Amino acid sequence: MAEIKILKNIMDENLSQAAKNRQWFRSRKILVLNLIASPGAGKTTFLEQTIKGLTPNFKLAAIEGDITGDHDAKRIEALGVPVVQINTEGGCHLDAHMIDSVLSSLDLSGLNFLFIENVGNLVCPAEFDLGEDLKVVVLSTPEGHDKPAKYPLIFSEAQAVIINKIDLLQAVDFDLIIAERDIRRLNPNVPIFRLSCKTGEGLDKWLQWLETQGTDNG
Amino acid sequence: MHELAITQSLFKIVLEQAQKAGATKVTRINLKIGRLTGYVPEAVEMNFNLLASGTMAEGAGLKIEWAPVKVHCRDCQKESERQDLGLGCAHCGSLNVRIAGGREMYIESMEVDNG
Repeated sequence: MAEIKILKNIMDENLSQAAKNRQWFRSRKILVLNLIASPGAGKTTFLEQTIKGLTPNFKLAAIEGDITGDHDAKRIEALGVPVVQINTEGGCHLDAHMIDSVLSSLDLSGLNFLFIENVGNLVCPAEFDLGEDLKVVVLSTPEGHDKPAKYPLIFSEAQAVIINKIDLLQAVDFDLIIAERDIRRLNPNVPIFRLSCKTGEGLDKWLQWLETQGTDNG
Repeated sequence: MHELAITQSLFKIVLEQAQKAGATKVTRINLKIGRLTGYVPEAVEMNFNLLASGTMAEGAGLKIEWAPVKVHCRDCQKESERQDLGLGCAHCGSLNVRIAGGREMYIESMEVDNG
């Protein structure tokens, strides 16, 4: 019997593909967002509002990740934005190879922003680097203010946190102070945007911030 | 499902390294896994047994050494170990910390027979 020293990161394969994706995006000055949220948090509506707010000043594209179906992709396509659907067929997250495999089917020339809508899940998507610039977590008020404390990894990894559906604050038991305190404990300097995709409240601040990120990138 | 992706990666590395070392059988795989990873041992073992069936890694045991969550304080520059997130620096209480440990997912070594 012999012992072989290996010291290899199990995630190496994903990480090296993510690094290739990142280099590829950076060389083309495309700012890439990885949108992560629970099912029903309002990711797709948030993406629609973001796309509407950025067009026509920027050129955009989207990758929609879902277990099955193309419901979300159709909604994004209706806004005139090139979109490609990835179905994970049961998988709970997108990985870097999946992103690489669809890049050739998107027109990315002159693109400013690429939005990747991950599978609805706060756990596994946190583990898989896609080569994005910004991980953006969308938390909605009906989910409860305990989510940052219960799913710490994704909140500690995020470059921006959206608290969506603030129009429902009167109707649900969501304490903004507790939610934001826990987010800050995990990630002290992360920008937090309170907004409602339904009423439009707070969207302007998010869009301003995002445009600044895009301008810095280019 | 998350575990399946991890296990496929793990299995691939194990087979590659075993072949490189000229091994005939893999008996044990020693892993170092961080407490923050959400790694579920039973799920990985189940997937591994399926993938390894009929290969030289069939029946190999997966031994896990758990790595604790560690934070590095940007204010007092000290490191502390924590049982759960949200506690800040154990030395000065500052929340201005970065995660310095707990996300590991390494194959440290494996034990093999050389025929």
